[in-house]
Amino acid sequence: MNNFTYKKVETINEAVQEISKNKKANFIAGGTNLIDLWKYDLAHPESLIDINSVSTMKQIKVLESGGLSLGALVTNSDTAYDAIVSTKYPLLSRAILAGASAQIRNSATNGGNLLQRTRCYYFYDKTSPCNKRNPGSGCPAKNGLNRMHAILGTSENCIAVFPSDMCIALAALDATVNVSGPNGDRKIAFTDFHRLAGNSPEKDNNLEHDEIITGLTLPNEDFSQYYSYLKLRDRNSYAFALVSVATAMRLEHNKIETIRIALGGVAHKPWRDFEAEQFLEGKEPNRKNFTEAAKMIIKTAKGYGDNDFKIELSVKAIVRNCMMALHPETQRPGAQPSL
Amino acid sequence: MEKENQNNQIHHYDESNTSVVNLTINGNLKQLKVQPWVSLLDAIRDHSNLTGTKKGCDHGQCGACTVLCDGKRILSCLSLAVMKDGSEITTIEGIATDGDLHPLQTAFIEHDAFQCGYCTPGQICSAIGMLQEGKAHTREEVKEQMSGNLCRCGANTNIIDAIMEVKEKTL
Ligand SMILES: Cc1cc2nc3c(=O)[nH]c(=O)nc-3n(C[C@H](O)[C@H](O)[C@H](O)COP(=O)(O)OP(=O)(O)OC[C@H]3O[C@@H](n4cnc5c(N)ncnc54)[C@H](O)[C@@H]3O)c2cc1C
Ligand code: SF4
Ligand code: FES
Ligand code: FES
Repeated sequence: MNNFTYKKVETINEAVQEISKNKKANFIAGGTNLIDLWKYDLAHPESLIDINSVSTMKQIKVLESGGLSLGALVTNSDTAYDAIVSTKYPLLSRAILAGASAQIRNSATNGGNLLQRTRCYYFYDKTSPCNKRNPGSGCPAKNGLNRMHAILGTSENCIAVFPSDMCIALAALDATVNVSGPNGDRKIAFTDFHRLAGNSPEKDNNLEHDEIITGLTLPNEDFSQYYSYLKLRDRNSYAFALVSVATAMRLEHNKIETIRIALGGVAHKPWRDFEAEQFLEGKEPNRKNFTEAAKMIIKTAKGYGDNDFKIELSVKAIVRNCMMALHPETQRPGAQPSL
Repeated sequence: MEKENQNNQIHHYDESNTSVVNLTINGNLKQLKVQPWVSLLDAIRDHSNLTGTKKGCDHGQCGACTVLCDGKRILSCLSLAVMKDGSEITTIEGIATDGDLHPLQTAFIEHDAFQCGYCTPGQICSAIGMLQEGKAHTREEVKEQMSGNLCRCGANTNIIDAIMEVKEKTL
């Protein structure tokens, strides 16, 4: 554990200015991931820039487009229980409430959630090699303990999964990530924000060091009628997903008009398969069609031993979650044995 | 880098890199001189001599360090004291009034809701926060909302009984 300096900033500009001064500076928001990584001697910030006083990043507002803007500093709890989020985007509330614990959600922020790091055991064990932590040192997970690890979009260099629940719903809802940096603002489509491990597993996402996430935008789309988030894990609560599925759907004359299916716990980023979604559009929302789509989604899946079970589990989870999405009123977030 | 920062007077620390953090803990204003890496938990236990709040894992996994910060339950092990400057903190030492136990304390005793007692301060602070949030209605929901507090002695059934009793009384 190293020592560091600490500074509070009040505005986005000031935050960007401060971070640009030092490659080894880090923002701190809720602190629930960064402080943990620092205590494990895995993060070594020279200076912490506390962004919690940047008031412009603390609001949830309806946009002129009818979409919803979620400030990066709004806590995961306040987002999940927000009146508009829970009525217009209930899938997001469900996914957030399936993650972590009430105490952690009270501190954790929307921006920080996107940037949480993998829970790969070897990444956390600083005595072991790990391409993500120490590029070029190897990936012991591939031939080691890999029960938690990825089955889709893996690379020779890293088979870690991105552990967020919230982000799986954001991927299904086609959110946009709003970012500010020294060269101004930019918007990143949610599915382009996180990366596959490829040849640079040390990079989890496409945010630059000197950029700040200012917020998220949810498009003006209604998925409040048919939606479901299913999280399968080793215990009923307070555990990371082995496999999770977010489904958002609209029906027209009992046919699927639009469907989005995003998977968690299976890849280095929230996983969407546009081909499978297109296949379902115009079809009846039934078990047979969902099974066919699920098989398309896992077509390229590859197990590494301990995690082979995730392939079959994903098919079942996708089908079950899409069926549950037809009856969202029967779901109770977290408080259902099957969740 | 650090030197340059100090010249620009960006930091408000003295030479030893400490800053004064104002925390109102259980109604008493404390001015603590702490370094930026001191967790809120260590500020409470080691710098304020309030050892009711427990350190279980120090990594966010057990809930023993739960306190109320501006009325909300948080994990003090995953917060830095400097980040909470100006906040009001309530710990287990601050919930009894004029010598009368808080109803949850009484209910924990009546329901035999602890064995070793190590998780208890966190359980009770967490339960106070949960009741104030008002999101849990059924027993199942209370269990879910209390899942961030582990009990290695396995007193969970009695813990939930105690909380349910207080919840029903205060409704
Ligand atoms: C025991 C435990 C269990 C958990 N279980 C789950 C779970 O089941 N599901 C789940 O989804 N999550 C889980 N989490 C993770 C939790 O959701 C994250 O730790 C949290 O969302 C991170 O948010 P934060 O604000 O605390 O981030 P911080 O720790 O403050 O920051 C994380 C990273 O993001 C950077 N950062 C923060 N905000 C910004 C910004 N606005 N712009 C640019 N950079 C920024 C920081 O520099 C840092 O690198 C768990 C955590 C713990 C400790
Ligand atoms: S899977 Fe990725 S994070 Fe885990 S050991 Fe391999 S390289 Fe490191
Ligand atoms: S000591 Fe904070 S959660 Fe365990
Ligand atoms: S009473 Fe011993 S840990 Fe809960």
